[in-house]
Amino acid sequence: MALTIASREVDGVTVLDLSGRITLGEGSVQLRDAVRGLISKGVKKILLNMGEVNYVDSSGLGELVSAYTSAKNQQAEVKLLNLTKKVHDLLQLTKLYTVFDIYDDEASAIASFK
Amino acid sequence: MSGAKAGRLSLQLKSTMESVAEVEAAAEKLAAEAGLDEDECFHVAMAAREAAVNAVLHGNEYDPAKQLSASFENTGAALVITIADQGKGLDPDSLPDPLAPENLLRGTGRGIFLIRSFMDEVRFRQLHPGTELTLVKHLAQGSENS
Repeated sequence: MALTIASREVDGVTVLDLSGRITLGEGSVQLRDAVRGLISKGVKKILLNMGEVNYVDSSGLGELVSAYTSAKNQQAEVKLLNLTKKVHDLLQLTKLYTVFDIYDDEASAIASFK
Repeated sequence: MSGAKAGRLSLQLKSTMESVAEVEAAAEKLAAEAGLDEDECFHVAMAAREAAVNAVLHGNEYDPAKQLSASFENTGAALVITIADQGKGLDPDSLPDPLAPENLLRGTGRGIFLIRSFMDEVRFRQLHPGTELTLVKHLAQGSENS
């Protein structure tokens, strides 16, 4: 299943609702394009809702990292919401859990953006 | 295309992402039929996928003239998956540690780490040309494929 991305705005934060797989070749490219598109438009607050993401491979992890660093370079923020257990475990295994701000409820995530 | 050896599936595939998907599916099937639980099946399939991606992307560089070889076997004591490419070769000792602080924000370099994390044994063999990875998952007694 490819990655689908729906965008909405909540209190000045752009929430990307992701569904599917973030893997080499398909989902990773879509995610990259979506985040970079937002950053190029000057969006500073991006929340990736990963509640329906059931699979992330190493390329997908790399793309999440790239989204984080691209945003940071433009004084923007990318945060993660609703990690599934598999993705949570992957981020812990790769120590990426220490890199991202991760939330399990949307209200808290939205409030955390300055 | 199946190999002739009983109990072992052998595939010769093109250097495409479709082939990666085929390897992943075959690995997941092998693990499921061996009776591994959901998490273990996920880990075996993911390790095989990462190895296939490395073979296609880094080894064969999507070259249509180069093939990806994969085999899948349940020996009774272990699941043994081999993935081989026809590329320029890989020195696993030269790979940077993705957990090192200076590497955490790199966009690449986690594939081999994940393979090593999810499998019990990982062996590299230089084929000249190419690299062969052997991924081994030990089985509890009585997990032989029926």
